[in-house]
Amino acid sequence: MAFDTKTADVEERIEDGALLSGSAQFIDDLPFAVGTLHAAILRAPHAHASIVSIDSSRARALPGVAAVIDGTALAKVSEPLMVGVKIPIKCWPMAVDRARYVGEPVVVVLAEDRYVAEDALDLIEVNYTPLPPVIDPEAALDMNAYVLHEELENNLGSERTFRYGDPESAREAAPRCIAVKVRYPRNSCTPMETYGVLAEYDPHGTGYDIQANFQGPFSIHPVIARALKVPGSKLRLRTPPNSGGSFGVKQGVFPYIVLMAACARIAARPVKWIEDRLEHLTASVSATNRVVELQAAVEPDGRVTALFWDQIEDVGAYLRAPEPATLYRMHGNLCGAYDIANLSVRNRIVMTNKTPTGLNRGFGGPQIYYALERLMQRIAQELELDPLDVIRRNLISSFPYRTASGTTYDSGDYVRAFDVALNDGRYGELLSRRDLARAAGRIYGIGLTAAVEPSVSNMGYLSTALTPAQRAKSGPKNGAHAAATISLDPVGSVTVQIDSVPQGQGHQTVAAKLVSGVLGLRSKDVRVVAEFDTAKDAWSIAAGNYSSRFAASTLSAVQLAADRLRHRLARIAAGQLNGRPEDIVFAGGRVHLNGNPEASISFARIASASHWAPGTLPDDMDPVVRETAIWSPEELAAPTGEDGINSSLCHSFIFDFCGVEIDAVSGQVRVDRYVTMHDCGRVLHAGMVEGQIRGAFAQAIGASLFEEFAYGPDGAFLAGTFADYPVPTVLEIPTLDILHIETPSPLTLTGAKGVGEGNCMSTPVCVANAVADALAPKCGAVDLVLPLTPARIAEFLDAEPAAPEGYQPAAPTTGKGLTGRGRAKVSASPQAIWDLLMDPEQLAAIIPGAHGVTQPSEDRFSADVTLGVGPVKGRYKIDVALSELDPPSSALLTGRAAGALGMGEGTGHVSLTVLPDGGTEIAYEYEARVGGKVASVGGRLLDGAARIVIGQFFTALGRRAGGQRSLFARLFVWIGDGK
Amino acid sequence: MKPAPFDYLRAGTVQEAQAALAAEGEGARVIAGGQSLVAMLNMRLARPTLLVDVMHVAGGAEIRVERGQLVVPFAVRQAALLNRRDLLSEVPLLAAALPWVGHVQTRARGTVCGSVAHADPSAEIALALVALDGRVHLRGRGARRLPAAEFFTGMMQTAARPDEMIEAVSFPLSQEGTGHAFNEVGIRHGDFAIVSVAAIATGDRLRLAIGGVNDTPLVRDWSSLDERQVDDALNDLAWSLDARNDLHATARYRRDLVRRLGRKTIKEARQCAA
Amino acid sequence: MRRLIADQTHSISLKLNGKPVHAEAEPRMLLSDFIRHVLGAKGTHVGCEHGVCGACTVRMDDGLARSCLTLAVQADGAEIETVEHLAPAPGSLSVLQNSFRRHHALQCGFCTAGILMSLDTLLHDHPEAGETEIRDALAGHLCRCTGYEPIVTAAMEAAKILQKERLNA
Repeated sequence: MAFDTKTADVEERIEDGALLSGSAQFIDDLPFAVGTLHAAILRAPHAHASIVSIDSSRARALPGVAAVIDGTALAKVSEPLMVGVKIPIKCWPMAVDRARYVGEPVVVVLAEDRYVAEDALDLIEVNYTPLPPVIDPEAALDMNAYVLHEELENNLGSERTFRYGDPESAREAAPRCIAVKVRYPRNSCTPMETYGVLAEYDPHGTGYDIQANFQGPFSIHPVIARALKVPGSKLRLRTPPNSGGSFGVKQGVFPYIVLMAACARIAARPVKWIEDRLEHLTASVSATNRVVELQAAVEPDGRVTALFWDQIEDVGAYLRAPEPATLYRMHGNLCGAYDIANLSVRNRIVMTNKTPTGLNRGFGGPQIYYALERLMQRIAQELELDPLDVIRRNLISSFPYRTASGTTYDSGDYVRAFDVALNDGRYGELLSRRDLARAAGRIYGIGLTAAVEPSVSNMGYLSTALTPAQRAKSGPKNGAHAAATISLDPVGSVTVQIDSVPQGQGHQTVAAKLVSGVLGLRSKDVRVVAEFDTAKDAWSIAAGNYSSRFAASTLSAVQLAADRLRHRLARIAAGQLNGRPEDIVFAGGRVHLNGNPEASISFARIASASHWAPGTLPDDMDPVVRETAIWSPEELAAPTGEDGINSSLCHSFIFDFCGVEIDAVSGQVRVDRYVTMHDCGRVLHAGMVEGQIRGAFAQAIGASLFEEFAYGPDGAFLAGTFADYPVPTVLEIPTLDILHIETPSPLTLTGAKGVGEGNCMSTPVCVANAVADALAPKCGAVDLVLPLTPARIAEFLDAEPAAPEGYQPAAPTTGKGLTGRGRAKVSASPQAIWDLLMDPEQLAAIIPGAHGVTQPSEDRFSADVTLGVGPVKGRYKIDVALSELDPPSSALLTGRAAGALGMGEGTGHVSLTVLPDGGTEIAYEYEARVGGKVASVGGRLLDGAARIVIGQFFTALGRRAGGQRSLFARLFVWIGDGK
Repeated sequence: MKPAPFDYLRAGTVQEAQAALAAEGEGARVIAGGQSLVAMLNMRLARPTLLVDVMHVAGGAEIRVERGQLVVPFAVRQAALLNRRDLLSEVPLLAAALPWVGHVQTRARGTVCGSVAHADPSAEIALALVALDGRVHLRGRGARRLPAAEFFTGMMQTAARPDEMIEAVSFPLSQEGTGHAFNEVGIRHGDFAIVSVAAIATGDRLRLAIGGVNDTPLVRDWSSLDERQVDDALNDLAWSLDARNDLHATARYRRDLVRRLGRKTIKEARQCAA
Repeated sequence: MRRLIADQTHSISLKLNGKPVHAEAEPRMLLSDFIRHVLGAKGTHVGCEHGVCGACTVRMDDGLARSCLTLAVQADGAEIETVEHLAPAPGSLSVLQNSFRRHHALQCGFCTAGILMSLDTLLHDHPEAGETEIRDALAGHLCRCTGYEPIVTAAMEAAKILQKERLNA
């Protein structure tokens, strides 16, 4: 009955045949009803704007378009999405009246195919009034910051403080206090498959039937049902046979489930939506960005006696489900792997004009460990101690261990893992390598990290965000059920339904191995179904694949179900073999009494007995057709009155160290060696555990060195393609040495703990610590922000050689946007040019494709124009105003342009100087900001494009004023240094 | 992301292609490999009314040597040029630069002339063409040849008229005693160059071409540049460029790369010449 | 040749995995959508539609192609091969596919078809390909699950097996 790990190691995955041959079905491969409409979403190009009006008349008229739906129509059939803390903001899956992040859905078009639907998007005119964008989380808390939600007085969604032990006294008594302030950026594990939803609505009875590549947890099911105004029984949610990766991200599909389902109801037709990559990067979901001040009370030997956390968590535009889970998931782990009894925490959750956040691999861990492990390195630096000693001295040494904030670490041997890693990972060699490199003048450093990886979340951890009084009022929430059902069919075949919804983690293979082991069958004779159907399967709110719950939690339920089934089948077999149930052996597809293998019956016969011959069953037994087991660990209680919370059931331990070098020519960080030690309890399948570790490591390298969901200061989203959101390829992933020890969990039936998220938590800070160590000889202690791009690191290295004499920067250096300047000589008088500038008809006419010029007031005009660079041209509506007029010498032009490709605004100062020959020199300086699609997909070229477009205007101005003398157009100088 | 509608014409001859361009005007674009163009079409950044496919025109894919030039016509795929047996001796700078162009999969379809027509400021082929004083052969009503430096007029802008297609590009064959080197730094291998550098050393003379910083490749020549002068010369060059901040690199970092990558590339070119 | 008008569908004839097929598409239809939704070969996946992730990679005539960067009309008259063509017979897998299975070179499998096409083409066109060439070919693909190393291992093993088969043949 024990799980045989040796043979499991070489077990090939059941899932692979279909995936390798191309027959596996993902959401976009599923058949769908004739008449299904395809959806495309018009999304807000502004980070923050009032929606003044929407004109979709031309879109509706386009042949092939069935419906155009906006937030107002949506609100008629739905309710806002649930908010995780008790604040009165409204969060709809589509903007109503106001858009609060770039990419927020504003209108949905349903058409006969996606191509036509996108054509219709181009025909919709939305009138926005931009509002001040709030991007930085600290700025969002400022007294004068613009408030995102009118229901609130400020952008603070939640503030709570927690106190465990006596941190103030510890700080008083401590000889040193050492602190770090870190800012963690936004990123996501961006699976290769995007979101997909297929939704139908039957008004006559069954309600909603939805298929989506949703990963759970199914605590979101009631959230969706409530939003759609139906009871849970009228919301059938199904998952496809395969999902192309999730890493938490596909929890965030649920607002789109609500959106598309509501659209299906409004249009009275089934709806299919497949998200594209630009949508996914912009507006699917993101991990939170966070500002953390972390202070430690420290003894002279580096032992930490108290920690003070002050966190500002940025959840984006809406504090909606699942937040504030990112912050509170780790609440029990705030002291990491260290034995620290005194803990003070201040958590503030702020809203800003960015995509709402959600699950992401590591879920809250990267943000915590980045602060904690940077601090541990800082302590070693300031006290001039070996960082190894600082870590070792603080490591928890006895288990089970209860953390200051109330979580039990089930098992572990952190010190042994630490020592084995240093030895087997050849840490001493790495030290020598660093010495040699530094002696040769190279920039080389070593980083260390210890982290505790929690798994199997306590669903009650979210209520830690509420006060004890609020919790008492709403009732306790806790636990983490897992359910599994094993069925026997009339020919005795075994089917297992798991509640896990995997996205490639091989759950079917491991579950099949477990069940086949218990029942004496071959793996390939056990069918495991991972497709989920809330209408037919046994499930709880904890169902899904997240927080690495499979090995610990789901498999425990499978083990329980298999054991119970075996027990009941043994009773049937005992009856038929005239023996005792405890003597029944299941092996080789047959059952026999211990000691009498010749007298055996086939498993199939025993298994099908309940179908064919229920009369042969023992009197007190119900037919054994299916066995459902719910496994529920008692340890996961609700938060206490003192805010103690056992936030996760199992805890794995990770200790990493690495060596990095800053390349002398490219300035890039190269990870020279990376060693990762894992204790994830019992290893159930070595190949798959390694796969999880390597996958997490690769994503973490991405977060460390390459990836950021970057926003411009005006809220423009800048990382809309895989060129600007550079997911690493094989060439960017360093070699990884993986080491293991095993301290099984006493709390799960398999002894396994989670292993899926670990390196996402440990690797970014390990790499940062190594870079900090590399820079230390030259720069002392440094503050580093991820990703560690060579441009950022360049600032720490040698000062730049001075510019030559007479150097003039190409662009004015003030201003936050795109800046530039230019000059032209025109053979016309300043007055002639001035008259042109003041005449809107003439002015608009010099812009290509201009028509529909209007003059709302004396110094303003509007027009429709064509603007662009090279092949990238689009139609824009422009508004230009003139001010600070000093005729005929200078003026300030303020312009705004909006079109399908994006929008821009800028100010340009123009001065006209008369030349000795009677001509004029036009000089201009501008500052511009560009947002929308062009900013998201063309960031690299924006500066040049702005320069060209603005330059085109002045060229045309000059040409019109001075006649068609191309000679003068040639004298146009883009760079203001007179060459 | 799906393209906006357009007509499509598969040309049988260069004349047919050119006539279609002339008739359609600004709304027509040539489609060859499509690696740059279709990405822009998918994002609806470009909305031509007509695509003229030139990949089935006879003779469009035959590279030839003619009067001291390697002539690469419009349908030659980047992979075909990279895999050309004698490329290393004919145009060594191309042999050095082409592996940096995208990936195996994009070089299989993307064309040499297509990259030139696209005129991305970071493009390696454009840089090589300018560094080598190559020519762009344009076919409109008539035919004309432009020096590379005149062809690239700005970021994604060329001197080609709406009714012209690129019939070929030509690279001078390498001379005895000339050394070539190419280096590039991008975010990941295969990405757009943050800075790319080509160096050509002949005797004492040195030419450096820089890509990825200005809107078009920039060339600087020195009649002589000895070891002690290199750093100052590169520093002057770095500061004279229009280096800007963007999402992936700061102006300062770009200048650092011009200095360091420049030094490395000059050294390699000179070693190669020796 | 006649001009294909924008909002109408036009006849496209090509060979898909060795079999001639005829179907209709507008000029703007992407080859990835044509293969998947018109011809029904869904093994090829779409991950980005801007040519970076490589999931949609197929073989077209004598080389690889990103099907999201190719128009169906460009493929008229071409020979296209997709992942469905790799297995020697229904229910069995090719040498490369089996190596992938042995070495856990896939998890969710979404990027796998494109990677198989690139590596299969590499090993077919350059049987002597070593680790450098394999990594280079793989560099044109994004994978979020595996960390890539098992894919390299699988490809190197497959290369060895195929080289041996060649010698024995």
